[in-house]
Amino acid sequence: MSNLSVDHLLGIKYLKKSDVELIFKTADNFKKIINQPIKKVPSLRDITIANLFFEDSTRTKLSFELAEKRLSADVINFASGSSSVKKGETLLDTVNNILAMKVDMIVLRHPNPGASVFLSRNVDAKIVNAGDGTHEHPTQALLDTYSIREKYGEVRDKRIVIIGDILHSRVALSNIYCLQKLGAEVKVCGPSSLMPKHLDSLGVTHFSNLKKALEWCDIANVLRIQLERQDVNYFPSLREYSMLYGIDKKILDSLNKEITIMHPGPINRGVELSSDVADSNHAIILDQVENGVATPFSTWFLLAGKIQGN
Amino acid sequence: MLEEREILNKESIVITIERLCHQLIETHNTFDNTVLIGVQPRGTYLNNRILEKLELIVCNSNIASGNVDISFYRDDLMRRDEPIVPEIMDINISLEGKNVVLIDDVLFTGRSIRSAIDALMTFGRPRSVELLTLIDRRFSRDLPIQPNYVGKVIDAMESEKIIVEWKENTGVDRVLIRKSKQ
Repeated sequence: MSNLSVDHLLGIKYLKKSDVELIFKTADNFKKIINQPIKKVPSLRDITIANLFFEDSTRTKLSFELAEKRLSADVINFASGSSSVKKGETLLDTVNNILAMKVDMIVLRHPNPGASVFLSRNVDAKIVNAGDGTHEHPTQALLDTYSIREKYGEVRDKRIVIIGDILHSRVALSNIYCLQKLGAEVKVCGPSSLMPKHLDSLGVTHFSNLKKALEWCDIANVLRIQLERQDVNYFPSLREYSMLYGIDKKILDSLNKEITIMHPGPINRGVELSSDVADSNHAIILDQVENGVATPFSTWFLLAGKIQGN
Repeated sequence: MLEEREILNKESIVITIERLCHQLIETHNTFDNTVLIGVQPRGTYLNNRILEKLELIVCNSNIASGNVDISFYRDDLMRRDEPIVPEIMDINISLEGKNVVLIDDVLFTGRSIRSAIDALMTFGRPRSVELLTLIDRRFSRDLPIQPNYVGKVIDAMESEKIIVEWKENTGVDRVLIRKSKQ
């Protein structure tokens, strides 16, 4: 099997299908390791990874750090809130200062789209994009797609609808790329005001009716309404959004088939998902969290394999 | 140009495996506290052959066995061109207090066995670990690792390759030495 075709994980757009398959195959093996009495492996013991989070994160940061520690890497964490960024330091200066401490890999979450691409062109370290503004969130797409593959055996020909704020969602864009690469059919659903202009160029069509979308799909990936990214109001009220696009048990019971519910978290309970759905057997939300360790594990492992030997 | 020479054929492999089995029995008797562990990927074929043969000889069909994947325990992750593609870690028992026999087809630098021992320790603290190998390329070791049971000792140059073929993947059981001519 050939190596990853990329040196950094900047976005799913830049990956080949074979890259995604290699990451998944390696993740399968890591899931075995999670069940061993000793869950740590020495693969990255001579690697230092800096997690640079210029935006808040709970799950991503925790699961990345766990994956890095399971791989025996040395990990340093950085959160912009408590750093010199507040004093006006540029991204490049911050990163170069960290690299001067001999860091091999940088995991970057940043509010500006393209921040990780910019870094990869300017610094000598492997870069992982952990979310850049409204652009891409490749590790989330990998774990979502991996969770579908795990539940259904394969992703090919599955019908997935992504519901919610597609306009501001990096998760949606990365998911569309990843699922399409593996041969799935993807559509989106949500208020027209939250749809990006160039949806057609992604090969994706839009449902404005939730019931129709759910009847079409095998899997519904429900996104969080990101109130922090909406400087203007895209819909009249949360209550109205919830009535039109919120998924509750009633609407699932009205379908003549069983569908799987996914959510990248954190859930706004009662807005996009009701509690009885989020906690039901339909939901694989906690499987997604578990795979949120396995897929970064395999990605880091494969990227580290591309670092030249000391 | 490549030059190949057969060093073990189908018949001699059968004889060698039978001898190795008897040597194992001398030490492990009924195999009550012994676990045979093949090193993925290629040690698994030899492990299966030995297991089959032992079950016939000692009339025990419950000999514990598994296969260890060393991918995440290797020391050359950043020193190779090809990616490490993991195989299945197939050890479903605790190795605590067991006598483990590691089984691999070729012992060369000893680095795979070092990784395998490291990986084994995550399944408990074995009482002992021994090494069985079909081919021992002595004089090529990077680490102080020696086998306890050897099929055949071969003195080969570092540039020469030993190829072990199994019926399961190439249709024939044989061991070849491949010399590359200048």
